[in-house]
Amino acid sequence: MAKHSISKIIGQRILGAIPSVIGVVIVTFLLTRALPGDPAAFFAGPAATAEAIDEVRRNLGLDKTLLEQFFLYIGDLFRGDLGVSLTTGQTVGYDLLTRLPASLELTLAGLVFAIALALPLGILAATRPNSWIDHGVRLLATAGVSLPTFFTGLFLIYVLYYQLGIAPAPLGRLDILFSPPTHITGFYLIDSLLTGDLELFWVAASQLVLPAITLGLFALAPLARVTRASMLGMLSSDFIRTARASGLPPRQVLFGYAFRNAMLPVITTLGVVFSFLLGANILVEKVFAWPGIGSYAVEALVASDYAPIQGFILTMALLYVVLNLLIDLLYVVIDPRAGVDA
Amino acid sequence: MTTTTFQHTRYVISENWITFGAFALFLVFVLFAIFGEAVAPYDPLASNSAIALQPPSLYHWFGTDQLGRDVLSRVMVATRLDLGIAVMAVALSFLVGSLLGTCAGYFGGWADRIISRCIDTLMAFPLFVLAMGLVAALGNTVENIILATAVINLPLYTRVVRSEVLVRRDAGFVEAARLTGNGDWRIMAKHLFPNVLPVMMVHVSLNMGWAILNAAGLSFIGLGVQPPTPEWGIMVAEGATYIVSGEWWMALFPGAVLMLAVFCFNLLGDGLRDLIDPRMRT
Amino acid sequence: MRRRRLIKTSLGLTVGLTLANGLKACSSKPSSSDSAAAPDAAGKVSDAKLTMVQGGGFPNGLDLHRVGTNRPAYGISWAMYDRLMTFGTKELPDGSLSYDYTVLKPELAESWEMAEDGMSVTFNLRQDATFHDGAPVTANDVKWSYDRAVSIGGFPTFQMKAGALENPDQFEAVHDHTFRVKFLRPDKLTMIDMAVPIPVIINAELVKPHLTTEDPWGAEWLNNNDAGGGAYTLSEFKPNERITLTRFDDWKSGPLPQIKDVIVLNVPEAGNRRALLEKGDIDINYDLSEKDQKELAAMDKFAMVSTPIENCLYSVDMHSNPELKGKENPFADVKVRQAVAYAIPYDAIMDTALYGQAVPMYGTGSFEPDSVTWPQPTPYKTDLDMAKKLMAESGYPSGFETTIAFDMGTKEWAEPAVTLIQESLAEIGITASIEKVPNANFRSVLVEKSRPMIINNFGGWLNYPDYFFFYAYHGQDATFNGSSYKNPEMDKLIEGALASEPGEPEYEKDVEKFIGLAWQEMPRVPLVQPKLSVAMQPSVSGYQYWFHRQLDFRQLEKA
Repeated sequence: MAKHSISKIIGQRILGAIPSVIGVVIVTFLLTRALPGDPAAFFAGPAATAEAIDEVRRNLGLDKTLLEQFFLYIGDLFRGDLGVSLTTGQTVGYDLLTRLPASLELTLAGLVFAIALALPLGILAATRPNSWIDHGVRLLATAGVSLPTFFTGLFLIYVLYYQLGIAPAPLGRLDILFSPPTHITGFYLIDSLLTGDLELFWVAASQLVLPAITLGLFALAPLARVTRASMLGMLSSDFIRTARASGLPPRQVLFGYAFRNAMLPVITTLGVVFSFLLGANILVEKVFAWPGIGSYAVEALVASDYAPIQGFILTMALLYVVLNLLIDLLYVVIDPRAGVDA
Repeated sequence: MTTTTFQHTRYVISENWITFGAFALFLVFVLFAIFGEAVAPYDPLASNSAIALQPPSLYHWFGTDQLGRDVLSRVMVATRLDLGIAVMAVALSFLVGSLLGTCAGYFGGWADRIISRCIDTLMAFPLFVLAMGLVAALGNTVENIILATAVINLPLYTRVVRSEVLVRRDAGFVEAARLTGNGDWRIMAKHLFPNVLPVMMVHVSLNMGWAILNAAGLSFIGLGVQPPTPEWGIMVAEGATYIVSGEWWMALFPGAVLMLAVFCFNLLGDGLRDLIDPRMRT
Repeated sequence: MRRRRLIKTSLGLTVGLTLANGLKACSSKPSSSDSAAAPDAAGKVSDAKLTMVQGGGFPNGLDLHRVGTNRPAYGISWAMYDRLMTFGTKELPDGSLSYDYTVLKPELAESWEMAEDGMSVTFNLRQDATFHDGAPVTANDVKWSYDRAVSIGGFPTFQMKAGALENPDQFEAVHDHTFRVKFLRPDKLTMIDMAVPIPVIINAELVKPHLTTEDPWGAEWLNNNDAGGGAYTLSEFKPNERITLTRFDDWKSGPLPQIKDVIVLNVPEAGNRRALLEKGDIDINYDLSEKDQKELAAMDKFAMVSTPIENCLYSVDMHSNPELKGKENPFADVKVRQAVAYAIPYDAIMDTALYGQAVPMYGTGSFEPDSVTWPQPTPYKTDLDMAKKLMAESGYPSGFETTIAFDMGTKEWAEPAVTLIQESLAEIGITASIEKVPNANFRSVLVEKSRPMIINNFGGWLNYPDYFFFYAYHGQDATFNGSSYKNPEMDKLIEGALASEPGEPEYEKDVEKFIGLAWQEMPRVPLVQPKLSVAMQPSVSGYQYWFHRQLDFRQLEKA
């Protein structure tokens, strides 16, 4: 029964996502073509003549009509060809594959930081509702979500790297002197452990700290809020009261019963927050010279480089679909009843 | 009667002191938005190369920028534009989102399917990049920044209104209105929407803060308003390049005010949520 | 008549043409100076590792012939590949080093001879030179590389054309180590053009397996792979992250570089680049903003070199055609343009926008150019009374509304400058709004010539005033003629100078005349000549300015 509903959910979800993805492809195509500036003029180089620009335009296939360009693009997409980025000089597929792990690693690290802080704070606030601790937690979490990420990032760099010298230089994923570990998953933390290089692990981890904190501060508020609300709800529920009344130790009641049952909404929020952070880390990547897909998209947009923008948005849309699917599945796993009305 | 009202008010305030603090702060921002230009000590656009890049002093509380303009005056005058962008953007997405959401929720069927599909498509976009793309494509003017911010907020409003309308569609009071001969549009406007409004206000308040942050982020990428217009995001973004060389005040003060404004809207939203629906208190 | 004169000069016989003298000197003594220098240099070779960051972007490819390759990539190509010739070195008045465009030196070619008729040059390649894979460099590789540069299209082909190198038939592999270039016509730029970054010598045999009908010149493969024979080999290329170069110990085309590894890092935030230097985490911060130039120099902790960029001006260009986008254009009125030139707050721009780190190009008062020096300051200075008077005399006594556009990529100085100009123009009745254009779109703005006023930062590679004017003032209306200025009289003077040689009276007369005409007509208001700056840790030395505005790693040393 459960198995059947899972495969049904997957099928429904994927079918349901197809129109959205098609919509994204079309809108993105039109959006890139609406960007001002002439890529041919930009990439033809500084002293290009009108003929030189026309030649570049022909080479890039931009002299064709919009409809022709669109069908060529769709044709390429079906062959798995995302085109070539003129700014990096690589295929978009290669760029995204090498950069996606960097973004995912950063986002996950930010999320881990946020969870590590938000869960205890949320529980703390829930156990003492309307106390100064509760208000303090609320103020702290709200302050975190009120900061512009680029400002937080630059400020942390200034204080912790430039003034105090505690943090490493904001130079991307590794210190200058180190080479990346053998490519296994693309996550440096995991790859360095798999290859048994603890020093490299340490270096990669310390590079990750500042950007992860910058990003994580942003996720603090929603997670702490949901944890608190969910815990409050649980703590006032009948079965917790029963558990308390039957003399179970408070710690066991809190973590063993209330917390476990309060996790469901937290996990849902986690999914939403993750996809939000993945989009929000664009600015953080720019500040920390992080070689992720966000900074890649910004560069491409500024250069009117069509292929990378299209590739990036499509990737993000697919990620979004997959993520939502995962959340739904997780729901079913945690709470089998959810499968019925999904 | 008056004393009980007074007592009740005092009780409410003491129970929600953070919210009322935030509300007071909000009023201060509104005052600056209205009178900022009048009370600013200097002309926010007048350059004076003789006093460029001066640290905060008695004459220039927030210091001066690279052209010798008074940062405090610029921050004050910018309030109107920043709040304006946020208010307009949120109002726009609120209006359009409410309309779409109410239609989708009330009519259901094809209307719902089409609207929901479009909103799903929008949700699948990385929203900040979509906003960047829109501003880049349409040109970086205040109107386009508002439009882009409104577009990326649209899914939120549509979805919330749709689900709220959906649960009330077949409620007794709607049925009653229908039986007394009210048309669909009248029911939506007069009976359904007012019921949804309180919940929406919470989202509006929370969203205002986000709209300000979004505009600031666009400025940082270089897609903000045109110089020399003072705007918090641009001031932080430009000031940020001066942090390392020691001129921290150019980014810190506008940044702090920006944060305070967003902070204020977020707290206000939280507080409103408590007042409107205590069960939602989180 | 004219033809005969040109042939004569290209034979290198004209007295006073230093370039031709340089050519002669080099070709008569094949590489003796280099072989003498080699033992010295060998003693200096070390295991030093150099890390650098730079403003103005990160190299986006290894093939500088590919469409879209950016300027920073030329620096990498310069180190990875050899050219047949290179330029000499001279000391500037401030004691720093610069390339010397009047002297051509051997690089991959150890010598060359001009033909008797002056219509070809024959290069003798080094017998012992090899590519990074060990294959000897032959004339066939050179021929293929030159063919590629003139055939691939885009900027490389355009640049080759500037030196009258247009057709593969011009290039001939005579023997294994003898390569000949036939001239289409005598042109003073032909020899120099073979020492600019474009005509790199590529390992043709290595590339050939990767050629396809769609990509007949292997641009895709060369963009990610090393097929060079230059002083450095590629050891790591992570697009948008870092590039690591390692010394090629079998390099024969010059003294072996002292530094073993060069790491170029991508750090997009200028503040972070500066912090890295100050913290000692990197050796070189190249292409600094004016503010960083001033403040890093004041710290006295770093080796700093600032060199005025040859043949380059920051200017305000005013669209000078009678109509713009179908509307009447006030800047077509020469009085308005002169009024603007008098209204610009030059000193304030110099102080607050450029932090004093540039060469002023204004304020002499004399409308008669006194020499062919270029760039040279204009007569204009800030004089609002004069500006108001000119406005009153113009067709727009009560002023008008307009916009000033600038490139976001240059916003560090352009934005404050534009803000100051806007303020000042308001004084003479011109209400200007500001439009900042994203970097990628600014090229289109230049090409379309659709804006009334723009901030331009054009600089020419080849250091001749006629070359600058040909792109900035000539009626051909090239991209960099930001004012879309067209004047037959101007064109005649520019063409006259292009067809003659520096040192000839006709040349001098034409140049002085077109500079004077530009000052009268004022389609563009020069502000300053910018400087190219580098800040290095004190342990680094040997920096030299190059016209291509990239670092030459081969010359640097690190203690």
